Parts: sequence; structure tokens; C-alpha cells
Amino acid sequence: MLSASWMYEMDLSQLIRRDVYEWEIPMRGAMRVPGIIYASQDLIRAMDDKVLEQTANVAMLPGIVSASYAMPDAHWGYGFPIGGVAAFDAEEGGVVSAGGVGFDISCGVRCLHTGVDLDELKQKQVVLADGLYRGIPAGVGSTGKISLSDREMTEMLTGGAAWAIAQGYGRAEDLARIEENGRMQGADPKAVSAHARRRQRDEMGTLGSGNHYLEVQIVSEIFDKKIANVFAIAEGDVVVSIHCGSRGLGHQIGTEYLKEMAQSAAGLGIALPDRELACAPIHSPLAQRYLGAMRSAINCALANRQVITHLTRQVFSEVFGRELQLPLLYDVSHNTCKVEEHLVGGTKMNLHVHRKGATRAFGLDHPDLPQELKAAGQPVLIGGSMGTASYVLAGTGMEIAFGSACHGAGRAMSRHAAKKRWQGRKLVDQLAGRGILIRSPSMRGVAEEAPGAYKDVSSVVDAAQEAGLARVVAKLLPLVCVKG
Amino acid sequence: MVQNSTDPVGWEHFDHDADVGVRGIGVTQAQAFEQAALALTSIVTQIESVEPRQRIDISAENGDPELLFVDWLDALIFEMATRRMLFSRYKVDIEGERLSARAWGEPVDVNRHQPAVEIKGATLTELKVEEQDEGQWLAQCVVDV
Repeated sequence: MLSASWMYEMDLSQLIRRDVYEWEIPMRGAMRVPGIIYASQDLIRAMDDKVLEQTANVAMLPGIVSASYAMPDAHWGYGFPIGGVAAFDAEEGGVVSAGGVGFDISCGVRCLHTGVDLDELKQKQVVLADGLYRGIPAGVGSTGKISLSDREMTEMLTGGAAWAIAQGYGRAEDLARIEENGRMQGADPKAVSAHARRRQRDEMGTLGSGNHYLEVQIVSEIFDKKIANVFAIAEGDVVVSIHCGSRGLGHQIGTEYLKEMAQSAAGLGIALPDRELACAPIHSPLAQRYLGAMRSAINCALANRQVITHLTRQVFSEVFGRELQLPLLYDVSHNTCKVEEHLVGGTKMNLHVHRKGATRAFGLDHPDLPQELKAAGQPVLIGGSMGTASYVLAGTGMEIAFGSACHGAGRAMSRHAAKKRWQGRKLVDQLAGRGILIRSPSMRGVAEEAPGAYKDVSSVVDAAQEAGLARVVAKLLPLVCVKG
Repeated sequence: MVQNSTDPVGWEHFDHDADVGVRGIGVTQAQAFEQAALALTSIVTQIESVEPRQRIDISAENGDPELLFVDWLDALIFEMATRRMLFSRYKVDIEGERLSARAWGEPVDVNRHQPAVEIKGATLTELKVEEQDEGQWLAQCVVDV
């Protein structure tokens, strides 16, 4: 193993406990603002030291505002921690970082109501699992049915989910339940390379692999009835959650701009604490090109989840023998950089907010929310791991961490360790014994994604609520999981 | 994971919270790059299951040897993604800033290869290309999966 030089020991005496669930990394060295981690004592003890190091490193970047934040599910990323939130002020030399968004740009979770009840679902569970597995391409080397020409690709990159709907994948009312109304403004397809386009050409409407999935879930518990009513979910409801991102296009954009930012940082006068923090001043042509490409990738992710939604609706309607609408509860992204208005020390500011492995969690009455959700706050969709619970939360406000919350569980164990410990086939059988049907092309992939290889998402969600990041509304348990 | 830790030639994975580190060791920089590429394949499938039936050529150029390594892995990741292929044999030549390489492999066969995960890209995290002792080169970084 590596003999890395830790900047911090995971020694809690290095931190100031501001509150039960709020830990401060005090300013030192080149830090411009403090670091703040929201977590229980148990969660923070279990975090890799690298989370502290990376949170502190982000605090050294030019133009950072208020603090460098880490969510309760934070873990070691590249440059920024996964579960990191940081906002930058363009007028103070603020930066945009490709590593602060990550490679799977706009990876996110979309949740659909099904209107199917549990008894009916149980009767058709096997047929449904097989139908979803056949109908939604998943896994390494899989291709979608849509192959885009260069012109169609350009339209998709500016149109997002709205483009997909215009092509017949879904209904216009879906858009209101997607961040940015399903179409990210400011996309610049010219900033997307031929390589990135090539990588996407046959990947529209594919799930991908790794921790991406499509799950049929049951609402097993409601924690906040009032908000659940607004979200139109009740105990016993069957829902579908789709977790995937911008596929090859986003990966290629992340890859290319990370390197370009690393190679130009010195020329742009930015002293980086580590090359992996590669970034560019917001006003620089490089940052503007990146933002244009990244927004195109956001549209790609939104279009991709929209196509998968359409395929899911087709399978459900076919399996249950009637037209099922499967309306959206919501669609959230958790790897983005967005320009947002925030109140900082009483002053309204337009900030470039990076959320890497963190979701928006806008509070009550936020203008970006559709009218019918304003009384509840934004739905925050938290994916668990295969075979474990997922959660629906609601945003509480904009004051904490720029209106952000956690995004998932985070790995507790490497892929290698998981592969040695579990056998895919046995796991599939065990989960089937518990009423959870797994469908995947790769048993090795299943072993590496074993439920036990992930941290307990419940403790992450509890910490998010206790820290005031979001309110827990409902718990979802899996019935079917299609895994890449 | 290193086949034999006293062997001057080999590869291994190293742990990272969400992702995986690839490390190649060789008597030359080029050989360390070849070994790291084997570590890359091994994230997806068992190297032995991939038949070196088809050859593709790759070239890259970068004045920074560490970024040249990232370019090399990224080029492979691009070929794997767009050709839907896996590779099990590599031959790398490096002259100054230029890398030219050949990779042998075959199209993904889901049943036979049981591909575990697709690789999104190489990162600059734990990135190192260096001659540690005479005739012992190391090339490594974390890749996003």
C-alpha cells in the first residue's frame, strides 16, 4: 500500500466541535476559510483522513466563500472530497474546478411513482425484473437503441430532458419535476470535443455500471406525513428509482478538462496545494469553456434519465397490461457546478456552487421549485446500495452549506476486498430469499457492489437531519434491482 | 495483488475510498506504463480471460511524464469504451515526450469476461511516474470507476 503523508490524523482533537453534528477544521496555512464537516462522532471517526485533507485543500482555493463543506457521507475523492460543497465568487478571483464536479457530471437520482400496489407487484415481480433487465441496457459494453448523429447530439446537449421529450421519450409535465426544468441553460456544445461526442454516440439510454442502478422500491416508512403528502407518497407505495449520469460524454469532458486545468494552472497564476485540485478562474476562457461543456453534460444526464424513464414506463405498461403513467416525484443531480443566488452575511451574491457527491436541498418557497412543492421543500433523493434502504428527504433551507445535503452511503470497503469476500451468485440468491430480485450481467460486478461493502445509509441520513441539512421524509426498500 | 513483490516487473491495485488505484512497476518507464495498463484491465475483468486477437495502435504526446501517463490510460479508456473492447497485452515505446503503443485484445463478451465495472477516466490523484532506484520505474494514479 501507499505510504501517503497524511496532513491530519483522524484525531478529533484537530477539530473544533461547533455543534453535535458540526465539526470545524480551523484555518491554518494557506486556508482562506475554515472547513466544516457535518457528521455524527461515529461517522467522522470512520472517515478517511483524506477527507479532512481534501476539505482543507479546497479551502485554499481562490475566491472560496464562507467555508469548504463536507457532507455526512464524505469520502476520499480526487481533489475535492466526494460529499464536498464549495462556492466561489467570480469577483474575488473565484475558480471553477473540473475535479470539484467529478467525471460523472450530473450523475443523479430520479424517482417515479408507479401507482401499482404491492400485491399486484408481488404477482408480477419476476416478470417485471426480467422485463426491466431486457428493456434497459446496463453494464460494460452495452449500447442504447438510439444512435445520435452529430447534429442530433448538439440538440441533445442544449435541450436536455426537454430534447428527449420532443423526441417522444416522456411527457411535457415531467419537466417541472427536474432541476432546471429539465434543461440546463448556458450549455455550449462547441466546448464538447469530438472524442466526448464519439464516446456518447451509442450510450443514450444506458444505465452504466458500478454503483448505478434502476430499482423498484416500496415506501416502507414515513417519517414526515405532512411533507410526504405534498410529495404524494404513502407507506406501501411502489416507486422506481433510477441512478445514473452523463455516461461516456460526461466522463470524457471531465477527463479532458481536468488535464487542461492542471496544465494551465501555473500560467493562470493559481498556486495549487495539489495538482489534483486543477481549476481555472471563473472569468478565464478555459473556465467558461468548461462551464459550457459541463452544462452540456448536465443536459446529457437529464436526457439519459429521461430516455430510461420512457423505457421504464414501457416495461411497466406491458407487464401490468395497462397504460401506466409513472409520473416523476423528482430528479436530482449530485455532481454539478451551478450559478446560484445565496445570502452571505446579509448580502445577496451570485456564486458558482460546486457539489461533488452532494445534492441540492433547496428549502421552502424557493423560486426554483414547482408551485406544488414550495410548501414542502425540494425532494432530496438518497440512494443506498444494492439490497439496502434508500431515502427521500426534503430540503430545509439555504443557510447551511448553500442549501445542500448528502447523496448516498459511500463505500466502506474497496472493490477488491468486496470481490474477495462475497460471491455474486450467492448474494443474488440470498437477496432473492429476502424478496429482492437482482438482475445484472456481471456476477463479479454484483460481488463488488455487495450491500456490506457500503456504509450504513441510515446513519448518514440521520446525521443530515440532525445537522439541519434536510428532513427525513420516507424510507424506501428494494424489490427489484437492475445493476450494470 | 503484485504477482511477486521482489519481481522488478509487475502491477497492483491500491485502495481508494470510492475508486481504485493502478500501479505498474518495470525496469523502464515504458514497461511501468505497460504494467499499469494491465492493472487497468484487471479492474474490469480477469486479464487471462481476454484473448489478444485484435491489435490497435495508440499514440500520445505530453512534455510532463506524469500527464503522459494519464494521457496513456485515458487513451486506453477511450478505446475500451468506444470499441467495446478489453485488452490483455500491451507494448509501449516512449521517446522523449512521445508515446507510441500497441494494445491487443478482443470485443467484450459479457458472459465470458463478466466485466465488473466500466472505467470513467484516470485522475491526478496519487499520480506518480518516477525512477525509484536504478532500473525500477513506477507509474501510478487513481482511476474513477
